[in-house]
Amino acid sequence: MTFNRRAFLGAAAAASAAMSAPMVLANAHAKPRVVVVGGGAGGATAARYIAKDSKGAVDVTLIEPSRTYYTCFFSNLYLGGFKNMDDLGHSYGGLASNGVNVVHDWAVGVDRDAKTVALAGGGRVKYDKLILSPGIDFVDMAVPGWDVTAQNAMPHAYKAGSQTELLKAQLKAMPQGGVFAMVAPPNPYRCPPGPYERVSMIAHFLKENNPTAKIIVADPKPKFSKMALFQEGWSNHYDGMIDWVGEDFGGGNVQVDPNAMTLNIDGETTKVDVCNVIPAMKAGRIADMAGVTEGNWAPVNAVDMSTKADADIYVLGDASQQGDMPKSGFSANSQAKVCANAVRGALTGSKVFPAKFSNTCWSLVDTNDGIKVGATYKATDEKIAKVDGFISKTGESADVRKATYEESEGWYAGITSDMFG
Amino acid sequence: MFSSLQVKLMAAASMIVMGAAAQASGDPERGRQVYKKCASCHMVGPEVRNRVGPPLNNIMSARAAGVADFRYSKALKAAAEAGLHWTPETLSAFLEAPKAYLPRTKMSFRGLKSEKDREDVIAYLATFSGGSMAAQVDEGFTVADEVLALEGDVEYGEYLASECTACHQASGDNDGIPGIVGWQTEDFVTAMHAYKEKHRDNQVMQMITGRLANDEIAALAAYFNSLEQ
Repeated sequence: MTFNRRAFLGAAAAASAAMSAPMVLANAHAKPRVVVVGGGAGGATAARYIAKDSKGAVDVTLIEPSRTYYTCFFSNLYLGGFKNMDDLGHSYGGLASNGVNVVHDWAVGVDRDAKTVALAGGGRVKYDKLILSPGIDFVDMAVPGWDVTAQNAMPHAYKAGSQTELLKAQLKAMPQGGVFAMVAPPNPYRCPPGPYERVSMIAHFLKENNPTAKIIVADPKPKFSKMALFQEGWSNHYDGMIDWVGEDFGGGNVQVDPNAMTLNIDGETTKVDVCNVIPAMKAGRIADMAGVTEGNWAPVNAVDMSTKADADIYVLGDASQQGDMPKSGFSANSQAKVCANAVRGALTGSKVFPAKFSNTCWSLVDTNDGIKVGATYKATDEKIAKVDGFISKTGESADVRKATYEESEGWYAGITSDMFG
Repeated sequence: MFSSLQVKLMAAASMIVMGAAAQASGDPERGRQVYKKCASCHMVGPEVRNRVGPPLNNIMSARAAGVADFRYSKALKAAAEAGLHWTPETLSAFLEAPKAYLPRTKMSFRGLKSEKDREDVIAYLATFSGGSMAAQVDEGFTVADEVLALEGDVEYGEYLASECTACHQASGDNDGIPGIVGWQTEDFVTAMHAYKEKHRDNQVMQMITGRLANDEIAALAAYFNSLEQ
């Protein structure tokens, strides 16, 4: 028997991979390598599914700086007092024990010719396929007067963790009858109902702890996700507490002063006690460094989430520009599974099934008052296109709303175990 | 020649899936106290495992003897084969006098004589079965024999299932969304078509099943059934 490359590869699985995808294995004996940057709903899911389904045939490395991941979804429920911070934290131990090589470091550069990712701690990781799922960063100077150096005075709390805890601490310290202000972001942004669920949860907290306090929302948009449902809930539960200033009333013309703690809306300055500034967003910076963005986001092909710029780089979740799906953890998780199936197919010759996407976003308005919106999507040549959808109705019974909230708790347990194992 | 037990079981099976929705009368808070009698052998809630008895999460509308790695009595397994599902009615009959309802059951519990105790403890158990959503009535809903007979492609089912596991835990645990692991394929296919035809309520499930073809539902049923083994 001759010692050819196939015999050298050994395992039957690897042999069949070599036959169906010879290009990837051209440089001798290495297993195909997938590097995933970002361990959230997109990245953790993709890493887990590729490692799990390839059964060791693909080498998967996840680069994520945080040891503990705090989910953005349900972080508003922490602000409302319905969840503890511990409920939101997840470690990467489950991924590591399922065969993912977890590297806690920052990815600081991508060399597309050498196919390597540079790490802040030094060294480079080689990839055959690179999946970027970096979430969001903020657009510079999107809100006049605010930049990240002001995030302690005026937290964004739009990446969950210490910022969320800071905002909660500021709410607790608010004087009786004080003013909470939010500067809401323009489209498109992470979690379309998020700011309005947050307003609801903060109103819930204030109603219990500071009932004479006021909430002002300055919004650059004329309307927002689940608007009728939120407004119904605000008038049912928090009548007179929330003042939403939309685009028509100058909500997009704002300026903040973090030192003086003032918010100026359309020329009128208000002294505020807590100010939650949620600036305009863009793809997490590594997508830009990899050169796969156009404007603020990374355009991708709907069929597999590969970027328009580079067939071996994929972008998932919030950072991608894919079409009709909202930027949500659910969407990122859904896209990750389509991507994982395609990447595994490209590297090992496993069967690639047609792309199917779905999303559902649950929001909590008050105790046992849950609402939801969802849709299914398919891949077309141009984009991820909506197929069908639903939304909760105004005037639903208390039983339906309670069941919706309980369903959201079930979903949280489901998606976090789908992400982290 | 049917024994009285077989007749009872057939009656239970013909009622198809009833459950928590039908159980409005019990008081789950009081049921929590009653449940102390059960708790030395059966766990409920997060992080359950087999003890003397199997955990009781998702019991409502589940086929009997459904916890994958628990060693049930032959008697209960035979009853499950014959179609026994746990509903408020069958649970109440069983709990009233276990040995009379199911001779040779391994459950050495004298029973709950009080109807109120039974109602309340069943209401308490229902809170670990996804509340009113988990158990819905497929009564009067049928799926064509040729659709039920479709052979599912397990590999395709595994891929499609990744859409389900965004909400339904692969472990089968229920924290507000019912477990779907290890269902009999016929039950699974019937439930999915019941959502698709809007016979069952739930906007998410109606939407998801709305675009699943018959062979895709069969594939999912085959895959989730295979997880039991």
